[in-house]
Amino acid sequence: TRASASSVRPCAAANISPREGFLGMAGSMELPTKGGFSFDLCRRNAMLEKNGLKMPGFRKTGTTIVGLVFADGVVLGADTRATEGPIVADKNCEKIHFMAPNIYCCGAGTAADTEAVTDMVSSQLQLHRYATSRESRVVTALTLLKTHLFNYQGHVSAALVLGGVDVTGPHLHTVYPHGSTDTLPFATMGSGSLAAMSVFESKYREGLTREEGIALVAEAIRAGIFNDLGSGSNVDVCVITKGNTEYLRNHELPNPRTFVSSKGYSFNKGHTEVLSTKITQLKLKPEVADGDAMEE
Amino acid sequence: PQIFEYNGSAVVAMVGKNCFAIASDRRLGVQLQTVATDFQRVFKIHGKLYIGLSGLATDAQTLYQRLAFKHKLYQLREERDMKPETFASLVSALLYEKRFGPYFCQPIIAGLGEKDQPFICTMDCIGAKELAKDFVVSGTASESLYGACESMYKPDMEPEELFETISQALLSSVDRDCLSGWGGYVLIV
Repeated sequence: TRASASSVRPCAAANISPREGFLGMAGSMELPTKGGFSFDLCRRNAMLEKNGLKMPGFRKTGTTIVGLVFADGVVLGADTRATEGPIVADKNCEKIHFMAPNIYCCGAGTAADTEAVTDMVSSQLQLHRYATSRESRVVTALTLLKTHLFNYQGHVSAALVLGGVDVTGPHLHTVYPHGSTDTLPFATMGSGSLAAMSVFESKYREGLTREEGIALVAEAIRAGIFNDLGSGSNVDVCVITKGNTEYLRNHELPNPRTFVSSKGYSFNKGHTEVLSTKITQLKLKPEVADGDAMEE
Repeated sequence: PQIFEYNGSAVVAMVGKNCFAIASDRRLGVQLQTVATDFQRVFKIHGKLYIGLSGLATDAQTLYQRLAFKHKLYQLREERDMKPETFASLVSALLYEKRFGPYFCQPIIAGLGEKDQPFICTMDCIGAKELAKDFVVSGTASESLYGACESMYKPDMEPEELFETISQALLSSVDRDCLSGWGGYVLIV
């Protein structure tokens, strides 16, 4: 039958991008899905909403993200707090996403959207690099991002600071959730953007050295961390120059945990009342040994 | 009424020394009425990989069935089990596919990766992955769980101590939440 045929078809189909290839396998048993979003739960969710149930909030990165252009390239910076409403969900998340070896992107807004959109464009850029045998350009990433975001009319809530160095020089852009972009020498986004922009507007000048650039970015992020409630924890910095990229994860830790109790909690064995125990030994799976290479 | 508070749930996972523990409460309710006191929220994918699903119970069961299906196909094709990091990406993609009509679940994935290094991660209902080195929590009792785990957790605990710690954290947190409780179900691998 058609259903069983589609379930054993190999998923590496030529027109499904690497990230979406797995989705094509079992989205629906009647038709193979082509990747992208699937809306089949929307009717049920709309019915639930009509019956009074409130939609949940998604994890946001109420954030401070910044970028600036210096003498030899671009410096990007971000804080590391991920919030879920008023609660800090992740104290040390990564907001500087990889796009290409010479292009990185900071993301603010809904965490799933920034991660998904940067992963998707990163895969598309890699395929493009294979097809053209050239280093990726920042404007390529920019166009891919803005067309995707515009197509979804702002519902994919990702606000990005995209920076990189390619053959045409260093570039820094901001991308808004509705798809508009700006090209700037220094940029800030996120809930802490005003605090960070105040630092940039007073201290930025053209032709900064690498050390001055990193120090200024760190100062701007710190301003966001301490003055904005949606940003916090540590400072991540990424320096991109021609031919070299340095990702300084946790470059500064201005919020160390100093309130750890030295006694700690220690529970003796048998403290918890156990109703029943079941111990299952893990079976050792037989390893498939490397076979001989196929004959040419 | 909130969709995540319809059934009530509490799931937590912690990392120990070459081991991990994943625990959930056992109550299934319909808003304030309890319907079952032995509901399973932590499901096995393979011997060294478990997924705990909090939130709407029906979506948790559907999601588990789809994931088990995908993992079985993977096992047939690759002739081995999926690594936890790969599985986490799979769950994230599956949830993000439904970005505009999501499953109302927050998964917690816990497994032993290469060289039996413990791996835990959690996601929100649209697949935003959050890797952690110490503990992850989800469910209606998550705010209490954050507090309990933050104070009770110690790095590099042996399995027996890890069991006691995760159980005490779970039990004390669900005691402060009306919608979860009726004991706990703990798995140590």
